[in-house]
Amino acid sequence: MIITSNEKIWRYVLMIGLSLVLLIPLIVGVWVSLLPNNAILTGHYFTSQFTIDNYIQAITATPILRYLLNSLLVSAIVMVGQVVFSVLAAYAFVFIPFKGKQIIFYAFIGTMMLPFESQLIPNFQTLRWLGILNNYAALAIPFFASAFGTFLLRQTFMQVPLALRESAAIEGVGHFRFLYHAVIPYAKTSLFTLAAYSFLTTWNMYLWPLITSYSDNVRTAQIGLRQLQATEAVNSWGLIMASAILIMVPSLVVLLLSQRAFKSGLLDGAVK
Amino acid sequence: MDHAFSSANHAVVKHTQLQQKLKTHLAAMGFIAPSAIFLGVFVFYPLVKTVYYSMFLTNALGQPVKFIGLSNYGTLLQDKFFMKSLLTTFIFVFMVTLLTTVSALALAMVTSKHLKGTTLFRTFFASTMGVSVSVASVLWLFIFQPTTGVSDMVLNLLHLPPIHWLTDNTWSLFAVILTVVWMNLGFSFLALTGALENVATPLYEVADIEGVTTWHKFYHITLPQISPTLFFVGTVTMINAFQTFGQVDLLTKGGPNNSTNLIVYQIYKDAFVNLNVGKASTESIVLALLIALVTIAQFKLTEKRVMYQ
Repeated sequence: MIITSNEKIWRYVLMIGLSLVLLIPLIVGVWVSLLPNNAILTGHYFTSQFTIDNYIQAITATPILRYLLNSLLVSAIVMVGQVVFSVLAAYAFVFIPFKGKQIIFYAFIGTMMLPFESQLIPNFQTLRWLGILNNYAALAIPFFASAFGTFLLRQTFMQVPLALRESAAIEGVGHFRFLYHAVIPYAKTSLFTLAAYSFLTTWNMYLWPLITSYSDNVRTAQIGLRQLQATEAVNSWGLIMASAILIMVPSLVVLLLSQRAFKSGLLDGAVK
Repeated sequence: MDHAFSSANHAVVKHTQLQQKLKTHLAAMGFIAPSAIFLGVFVFYPLVKTVYYSMFLTNALGQPVKFIGLSNYGTLLQDKFFMKSLLTTFIFVFMVTLLTTVSALALAMVTSKHLKGTTLFRTFFASTMGVSVSVASVLWLFIFQPTTGVSDMVLNLLHLPPIHWLTDNTWSLFAVILTVVWMNLGFSFLALTGALENVATPLYEVADIEGVTTWHKFYHITLPQISPTLFFVGTVTMINAFQTFGQVDLLTKGGPNNSTNLIVYQIYKDAFVNLNVGKASTESIVLALLIALVTIAQFKLTEKRVMYQ
């Protein structure tokens, strides 16, 4: 297709203009995090006196690093749990014939329709009963089973020819060997997509960690930021912004690493 | 003799077949058990328990005290605060879905041609995907704050009066909507960009030869081709919007004057602040029904209306 130079110009104008509008909150956030506090308090934002004091202050005077470590561990645990659980269930749904498969599958898929809020209170009570509130376990265990993950992987596993499994079975290859040597290498993109997806979803969780974690050695980064915003004087915006930027870095890294996998894996699975 | 032998043989075959079947079933159960057990304990059981609680009066410890059938639901429908919360949620969900879908499509159209630097701009537009609820809320809190906030500074430059985004109840809901739409844009933009790339180029080439106008091309070629993704994005956005919580918690706490008291914030308050588990459970079931309704409606509409390639 031919693109006229006129069209080129208005496209660039729009792309640059819209980028500026969309990125304003992020640009402002980074900018403010680099300003000395008195400049922020007086509203003198346009200064060249940049400083990294806010970051040093955030790291040394607040538990932000601990919050980040908590989030990192919890997200990694959920990620591993979800991938392992989903791989196993999806494998059975695709490669092992058994009675009631369809009903169980629909029961799995049906849970995707349920908002987490409709399970919130009993889950809170269950964990209180188990005595593991305010613990990494409380933040991770309820999310090990993932209907979405099972569904995503099932769609991918179905592309492996069933005949391959049948001939492998005749040759005496067990399920685990077949899973490890034939299925997993084939489904790498989907596994990577699911891993990134579950990491990010857990990293971004808000309501559940808010009600189940209440001390600094368990609190996740999201709730930690809420805590800082509430307790640090309203006037230390530089510190708050520096903390926000620090919290954003890990998710941006995961996102950039997984961008390609996301585009092909997630959308193929979901839309078609 | 011959007959007896074959029959015995048959029995052996049948026996091993049965054994084989049993083995397969055990294997299947072993593979599915971890997910099934955890879904049972953390999804199905709590769902049933929530329905159960919704039919009881509960005490401050969250224990059911008296069975009252569907009375909690009747009471909710007459509860002015809850009905206001529900109405606010509907307005919020409608606005968020509309604004997210339309602006994400506009952004995707702007970057739909491969010019130099398009990839960079796409990364910019998708970047809000990496921003979490609390980070987004804190960023916008700074923009919305009075006097030294970015919004007031810009308005001042334009000689316009300041807007009290978070304390004026004509603006507060819009402030939350803006924050949520901004966050949603990254994912929706990426999904629609993918859809636009899959529209078959020959369709446009034929249209070009026939001298069809840009609007016609958009309406008759682009829109039908991307409609599955458009529906997908719309539904995901809508379901997420129904469940908005963190932005309200950080920006407005449901205020001022309950103008941003979305349903999940109400559920949170009833369950963990007012300690009224019966009421909170009833509200949760209402929310679950609303979301189920949206999902089913979307599913039916997709089957009927949307054109697949």
